[in-house]
Amino acid sequence: MSAAPRSASRRARIRRLPLHAAALLVFVLSVFPVYWMVLTAFKPTRDIQAETPLFLPVSVTLDHFTTAVGADGFWLFWRNSLVITASSVLLALIVALGAAFAVARLRWKGRRGFILMVFIAQVAPWEALLIPMYVIARDTGMLDRLSMLTLIYFMITLPFTIVTLRGFLTAIPVELEEAAQVDGCTRAAAFRRVTLPLLAPGLLATSLFGFITAWNEFAFANMLIIKNQDDRTLPVWLSSFSNVFGTDWGATMAASTLFALPVLVLFLVLQGRVAAGMTSGAVKG
Amino acid sequence: MSTAGTARTAPGPGRVPGALWPYLLIAPTVLGTAYLLAYPLVRNLVISFQTYGMGELIRGGAPFAGLANYREILADPVFWEVVRRTFWWTAVNVVLIMVLATLVALMLQQLGRRTRLLVMSGLVLAWASPVIATTTVFQWLFSSRLGVVNWLLVRLGFDSYENYSWFADGSATFAVLVLLVVWQSVPFAAITLHAALLTVPAELYESARLDGAGAARIFRSVTLPVLRPLFALVLCLEVIWVFRCFAQIWAISKGGPGDATTTLPVYAYRIAQSLHRYDLGAAASTLTVLLLVGVLVVYFRQMFRQEGEL
Repeated sequence: MSAAPRSASRRARIRRLPLHAAALLVFVLSVFPVYWMVLTAFKPTRDIQAETPLFLPVSVTLDHFTTAVGADGFWLFWRNSLVITASSVLLALIVALGAAFAVARLRWKGRRGFILMVFIAQVAPWEALLIPMYVIARDTGMLDRLSMLTLIYFMITLPFTIVTLRGFLTAIPVELEEAAQVDGCTRAAAFRRVTLPLLAPGLLATSLFGFITAWNEFAFANMLIIKNQDDRTLPVWLSSFSNVFGTDWGATMAASTLFALPVLVLFLVLQGRVAAGMTSGAVKG
Repeated sequence: MSTAGTARTAPGPGRVPGALWPYLLIAPTVLGTAYLLAYPLVRNLVISFQTYGMGELIRGGAPFAGLANYREILADPVFWEVVRRTFWWTAVNVVLIMVLATLVALMLQQLGRRTRLLVMSGLVLAWASPVIATTTVFQWLFSSRLGVVNWLLVRLGFDSYENYSWFADGSATFAVLVLLVVWQSVPFAAITLHAALLTVPAELYESARLDGAGAARIFRSVTLPVLRPLFALVLCLEVIWVFRCFAQIWAISKGGPGDATTTLPVYAYRIAQSLHRYDLGAAASTLTVLLLVGVLVVYFRQMFRQEGEL
């Protein structure tokens, strides 16, 4: 009696074979470039230059990382990128928190117009603003200044941050705040003590996306930092890798890996946290 | 009652009257947008009507030039070729992205829990990887010597790809850039569309199947109507992103070899930076913005239909 269902399930499995082949193909295609980057970074030079590429780590070396880290100014650019990214994201978070609160919790004249402005700013054609930004930076003595880049990255990430935080805020019941106010809190204290902790996952998620955007930004960093080469950021430096490493692909991939690392680590850490924050705490009950 | 409670504006801390509070909260956003977004847009427009070269950049006092810049740029056959190329670039990329993303989203829906999680994490990895890092990796993958793509093509029997230099030929560079942008963009689109598919109630499929509908019919009558609004939204976003694309092109080819990969943003940057014709670059940027506004209008109409309320 059990033969019929078993053969049926086998038939189902065979019918699902193309599906699983497609799934495998999608997985391999999306992972391979990243895998290849990391693998090359750890491969000894003789393995990189092998006529038949080695697809598995046979022997591992840290030489390329030593070369990449030892390259002229690497730590400087890494620090520049980190400082600009962190400060622009932080600034955007603070400013957006106020705006999101005003939009989600308060009623006022001009609210619709403000939201429309934020939505429009979210899809601003930044690539078309390179030239005026260059002229403005030059006129105001902000050329070759990291603070100018920080301001621009702040503005690029701000609209998105407002929209997402507003979404998270709307999901937190206002009754919680009101209950705290009944218990004698001021409105600001109620927000700080009740809503802000619940908002933490939202703040983490939005700062993650802001971080990725600012960390990756290339066009403005390429245009606005010209004379003072010490103030370059990592993406600009990496894009000129052939000037730095020539055809040393091991070192180039090691540098790329070090550039991608903070984003990938942040993604892994925060994703778990964001999910954990969502499922626990007072939002549920 | 849930939102009515918010109408009462309790006095904030300090002596600020309650009615003023929201405006104080949005003031930094408004100021930032005014100075860092609206002002550059206006400035761009102004420069495009001036004579603005190296001398004006250093000394200031740019004279008004009327429509001269626009006349010059619109009379330039190179500009029209760039416009044509930009549309072609956008169309090829967006069609590939949307078709592949839809297929991946539909595939995800069919998969079991564990396989789906695996594929999803692969997509997230590709999506999260920094653009310039993966752009550099693609240069390594397509490198003429020791590049793994050439090796694979030779192994598959295409012997002409032995030490083939992808970045020396215009159409080959264009093709690599398309592959790169599609690879970078599909994950976001696929994950978003997959999320939209999850909102389709299972009973809908069930009853369609009971009514004797085939897979194609179910896709057309059940899946597609649910998918359409978000599909349009993602489509608009992809059009905007691909149209504006600058970093990947500049990092790989700087618009070359020759003009082969010069799209509008790259073109504007090139004439401003190498020829120091900021006025012409600004005119090209203004035209780029105008073209984008057309797409944006569609995007906003779609979004507000989605959002329901503002």
